[in-house]
Amino acid sequence: MTGAKQATHDPPPGGTTGAERDEADLLTRFEALLAAGESVEPHDWVPDGYRRMLVRQIAQHAHSEIIGMQPEGAWLTRAPTLYRKAVLLAKVQDEAGHGLYLYSAAETLGVDRADLLDALHRGRQHSSAAFDHPALTWADTGAIAWLTDGAAVVNQAPLCRTSYGPYARAMRRVCQEEGFHVQQGYDQLLALSRGTPEQKRMAQDAVDRWWLPAVALMFGPPDTGGAAAGVGAATSRQAMAWGVKRHTNDELRQRFVDLCVPQARELGLTLPDPAIRWNPERGHHDFGPVDWACYRRALPGDSHCARRRIAHRAAAHREGAWVREAAEAYARRSPEAAGEPAA
Amino acid sequence: MTTEAATALERDFARCALRLGDDALVLAQRLCTWITRAPTLEEDLALSNIALDLVGHARALLSLSGRLDGTGRTEDELAQLRDGREFRNTLLAELPNGDFAVTIARQLAFSHYARLHYADLAGCAEPELAALAGRAAREVDYHRLHADGWTVRLGLGTEESRRRMQDGLDLVWPYTAELFAADEAVARLDAAGAGPAPARVLERWRRATAETVSRAGLRLPEPGWSADGGREGLHSEEFGALLAEMQSTYRQYPGGAW
Repeated sequence: MTGAKQATHDPPPGGTTGAERDEADLLTRFEALLAAGESVEPHDWVPDGYRRMLVRQIAQHAHSEIIGMQPEGAWLTRAPTLYRKAVLLAKVQDEAGHGLYLYSAAETLGVDRADLLDALHRGRQHSSAAFDHPALTWADTGAIAWLTDGAAVVNQAPLCRTSYGPYARAMRRVCQEEGFHVQQGYDQLLALSRGTPEQKRMAQDAVDRWWLPAVALMFGPPDTGGAAAGVGAATSRQAMAWGVKRHTNDELRQRFVDLCVPQARELGLTLPDPAIRWNPERGHHDFGPVDWACYRRALPGDSHCARRRIAHRAAAHREGAWVREAAEAYARRSPEAAGEPAA
Repeated sequence: MTTEAATALERDFARCALRLGDDALVLAQRLCTWITRAPTLEEDLALSNIALDLVGHARALLSLSGRLDGTGRTEDELAQLRDGREFRNTLLAELPNGDFAVTIARQLAFSHYARLHYADLAGCAEPELAALAGRAAREVDYHRLHADGWTVRLGLGTEESRRRMQDGLDLVWPYTAELFAADEAVARLDAAGAGPAPARVLERWRRATAETVSRAGLRLPEPGWSADGGREGLHSEEFGALLAEMQSTYRQYPGGAW
């Protein structure tokens, strides 16, 4: 990677090498940048670990956007009204756009979108397992928007201030749009909850199925609270030291639960966790422990639905290969075509 | 307006709006199935954007039709509760997507037609239809740019893309004649100078599409057999499946609130 290349010099005879001294200087400068709260930009030297962490996180986020299009996309043709069809189309379109911003942000770190997609298709990289659940009814599109996108907003709002500039800037646009999605999901569930008894049952069933994936999988494993935290804690500490993350998974999970409880009450729906209750001492809602074992069995990305998601994505990519080849051949032949609209 | 007050002119405009609205709705429904299956992310975005515009047109046109025909039916009652025999879209709009080249050929034919016809209708005697036609003409002009761009790119891309794009044009073109055919209502509006018939843009449409196809190094099929029937409610068998899917949720919850 570029960091290693910049630090390469002929070693002087004996003692510390020039490369090591240079690397130490660069690291000092990088840490000073973080300490000053300034944004790290693509031309700045960064440690390899920082670059790897960001590529992994941004790619996972981009993959989640495009895989997340599938459960909702499956309902575009069955939306009950033309208004809801338009709203859902706009949402799915936003998600494709978020995928594009994020793959572009990842590319500033020296990776290629085609390689990241290939890694997704081959199972070397993953999207969030939250989307590896089937959208069984129309109400699922509302529950996904309210809960899964709602969790995403809680997770991502601090990323608007993440240390890596291109990622932070992408996240500012993403968050603005995600905020609309949450409102739309809430509005959709409210209509169902106030509709016929069958519609209300459909809404409750969807919330029952999408609550836990949002609480558990959108925030990741526990990373506070001693022994239970395990590997998650070390990763989170490093991410926070580098300013990639600003809060622990558990802090953000708590914030999400606190936001959802009163909203569920207004919706007239219940959250499927009997342990939820207000704790005046903590000033937060208590909630039941997540059964991580049930998710570990399905990780990484190995369930019936997860396999279907990747197979769907890989088939579309394969079937579109001739179109991409044609566009590339045309661009090579007609350099002026690069500026043409409509791609 | 009350039911009794729907004049003959209003009823003719209602039928005109229904034809346009059904084309937009059914084409949008077809495009929706591309989303998450497009060759690139950029195309997932472009096709969903086009479908979104078309749903917008369908909503305005069907609402208008329901008001003008005196029945007071809403956009959703018209979209979700009519049977196939009552739909007035062309067979072109309901043509199965095929591969990306077939979809682009269908987009090429439809977007050029829609841009020209909507621009004409922007001067029609029904003020609401005139206003939304003016807006739709500007929007479908972007759909036309998208279709032109891909027709040329596929025509001049690789041997395979050239072959597929030519096959797409050959498949789609016999379905284009129906876009320009008039029914009694459209003919009456045209004769009265109240709203121009689509046939008035046929020559301009031919020149514009031929120019793109020639730029792509492709040829249009010789005029010969052409398909019709959609405007009279005689649709393809696949159309039944399209409607069943589109209407399933709405019909499953009678009296539901959405």
